[in-house]
Amino acid sequence: MSASNARRPYKRPMGGWWRKNPYFVEYMVHEGTALFVAAYALLLLAGVFALGRGEAAWNSWLALLRSPPSLLLHGVLLLGFLYHTWTWFNIMPRTLPPILIGGERVKATTITRAGLAAALVASVLVFALAARLAS
Amino acid sequence: MKAAPRTIRIEVLRYRPEQDKEPVVQGFDVPFTDDMSVLQGLQYIKDEFDGTLSFRWSCRMAICGSCGMMINGVPKLSCSTFLRDLYPNTVRVEALAHFPIERDLVIVLDDFITKLHKIKPYIIPKEPRALSQGEYLQTPEQMAQYEQFSACINCMLCYAACPQYGLNSSFIGPAAMALVHRYNLDNRDGGRAERDPYVHSEEGVFNCTAVGYCSEVCPKDVDPANAVNINKTESAKDYFLRFLKPKGAQA
Amino acid sequence: MKRSNAPIFWALFGAGGMLSALIGGVLVIITGLAAPTGMGLPGDTLSYAKVLAFTQSWPGKLALFVVISLFLWHAAHRIFHTLHDLGIHAGLVARLLCYGVAAAGTLASIVALLQVA
Repeated sequence: MSASNARRPYKRPMGGWWRKNPYFVEYMVHEGTALFVAAYALLLLAGVFALGRGEAAWNSWLALLRSPPSLLLHGVLLLGFLYHTWTWFNIMPRTLPPILIGGERVKATTITRAGLAAALVASVLVFALAARLAS
Repeated sequence: MKAAPRTIRIEVLRYRPEQDKEPVVQGFDVPFTDDMSVLQGLQYIKDEFDGTLSFRWSCRMAICGSCGMMINGVPKLSCSTFLRDLYPNTVRVEALAHFPIERDLVIVLDDFITKLHKIKPYIIPKEPRALSQGEYLQTPEQMAQYEQFSACINCMLCYAACPQYGLNSSFIGPAAMALVHRYNLDNRDGGRAERDPYVHSEEGVFNCTAVGYCSEVCPKDVDPANAVNINKTESAKDYFLRFLKPKGAQA
Repeated sequence: MKRSNAPIFWALFGAGGMLSALIGGVLVIITGLAAPTGMGLPGDTLSYAKVLAFTQSWPGKLALFVVISLFLWHAAHRIFHTLHDLGIHAGLVARLLCYGVAAAGTLASIVALLQVA
């Protein structure tokens, strides 16, 4: 570069980029559901460890699960998971190759609804299985 | 009867490298009529207030892709964004995000041009073809495969919408991927193997986190996010299955 | 150009994301709300005997392993990218914090599940 070059391109900083647009705020919130998913996996893992240590250890783990703070925590986790489900199937039409039915491309809203319906059906089946195993 | 012009405040992020250490906001009160776009507002400023204001434009009809800028923080074509829809609020105009500012509303777009070159955005014939063999024939069904992705006008709004590009400009990015997809899907093209290494690379599709905003701002409904994400699946399939391919097959 | 190894982590992210989107919510309801309180499920759903029998069975072990490990890999990949989004760029620390925890959690789940003999 010669000294006479008047070019001096200005690169804008990215700090706080996600706060500048509601679309990005929502993106960060739905990315944040990962913390809920991780927390739940670790809770399950802790439960399996308690089970492995025998009946007494399991019963104190169960007492913890029945405590109000745990119920509150699981209520919050549930909200996180539901938001994850909603956003996961909302972005799905953008991630799938075109699906053709009778020569027509299936609409984005139809794909999202099908995903949510699949989640509902799967959830009912899992709950029914849990009820059968518990009875 | 001609309506009396109203006045709208347009704030422009100015950057004059010979005098500004960093960009500064300058406001103008611009009289406008209902048929005036933001681009015409800027042209009014250039003609009436400050001839040094720099911005790119050409066709004024949303097809050349030159006049993209951030309008109230959203990447838009300034020729197809109308002042009447923004009034009475102040309009904030800034150069396209994530690109270095050359001057005022003009960005340095070398990076995008380099990427366009790298993806070979043209039909690479499957085998040499003599003129005597005549033209390529393509059915409407074959054309429908790629048509949506061929609508890209290289306006770079999608890059300004992509935080992953802003955070790491080595990422191939949305429009270049839409064009990769467009040529790969064309039945006349046999260039996929030449484009794949870039798509599969550390600069390729896996930098995308499916934000999806690129497709929201695209003025031509190209849906570049779809092109990127379909190619994630394709790239992953190739990653895991490449060892099963018969020897001598293209990687 | 160097080929990206992201497909491994991306595939695990996608599998865990799909699984948690489909049944994550109902699992939280079952193990965290309905079973502990006995609302909607029998009050002894989480009794030692029942949970032990479930976890001793191979289908039960497999289900718990798949849920725990895939949920962890899903979260790890997402958090890894979120750190990048927040300006903490892919270094050894970020990798250990995310994928390291997922790998450790996966191993721990194998150990824990095999302990329940």
